[in-house]
Amino acid sequence: MHWSTIIYCGIITYLTRFSMIFLLKEDVLNDKTKKILSYVPSAIFPAIIFPPIFLDSVGSLDFESNPKILAAGFAIIIGFFSRSIIATIFVGLISYWFLIFVYYQ
Amino acid sequence: MNKRLKTLTKGIADVSPLMIPVVPFGIIFGVIGMELGLSPYMTFGMSVIIFGGASQIVLLQLFSGGASPLVAITSVGAVNSRHLLYGAVFSEYLSHLKLSWKVILSYVLIDQAFAVSNTYFKKNKENEFKHYHLLGAGFTCWTVWQISTVLGIVLGSVVPEELGLSFTISLTFLALLINDFRKFKNIIVMLVSGIVATIGYNAIPFQAYIIVAALSALLVATLLTLINLKKN
Repeated sequence: MHWSTIIYCGIITYLTRFSMIFLLKEDVLNDKTKKILSYVPSAIFPAIIFPPIFLDSVGSLDFESNPKILAAGFAIIIGFFSRSIIATIFVGLISYWFLIFVYYQ
Repeated sequence: MNKRLKTLTKGIADVSPLMIPVVPFGIIFGVIGMELGLSPYMTFGMSVIIFGGASQIVLLQLFSGGASPLVAITSVGAVNSRHLLYGAVFSEYLSHLKLSWKVILSYVLIDQAFAVSNTYFKKNKENEFKHYHLLGAGFTCWTVWQISTVLGIVLGSVVPEELGLSFTISLTFLALLINDFRKFKNIIVMLVSGIVATIGYNAIPFQAYIIVAALSALLVATLLTLINLKKN
């Protein structure tokens, strides 16, 4: 990684925050655009979540005895009912550790 | 108490509960930075220069996969494009301010600060110092994020790799979506993104799978929005 990459990332991130405040006098985005922008996390985060869970170290699909799928499943159930960010992360991590250090040993 | 200071303090108080999950998130970022072999300065530099948790972790992940700078920068831009929404919503409250204020407040306009200041602005339109609320909330987030990054950097050098902490990347992003788990359309959008990324991971060149998956999922989101508007 180069410092220049980090700096460009910083600039582009800053511009996503500054541009609208600087350019607009009032909120001009219509409801349709806002609705679509509100889907951005749902559209991007799974692209980061899925591949490390479902693919093994050489990039093939791995469905059999894959502790990450099970642990992510537990995390989703806890997240769904508790709506707690911390509980979701901890349950996912602890069940993952249980699976790799105890269950699959 | 001076009205400016009062509004600033209110911003700090309002955002504080939201800082609880930010601490482990920052620690995870620092730890993973160290695990991937980044220098402590660079890891900390990312938190100061980019100051956007999700996008920083994406950058680390793409870096470990050997993505080109262009793909990395575009992906970070895509992850942070949601801030355009925040800026647009706040423009009506902040348009009267001097440029210097806009420059400073933009730096700290992150998810948590937006959430609490948006609620405050709606209820306190008459307060001429309402921007101090965002200043307080934003710099609280900033301080907490920097301290937890440093904690992660320190811990990262002692945490053994066998613990598989890179799995926390997936878990952290999953946790950020919990409020959307009950919305059927969001689930469709999530599945499109995840499936395209998994299939595209090997098939799409230059590690551009995040961008391609996100665009495909946003296209589906757009279609779902348009269909819904027609129905109403």
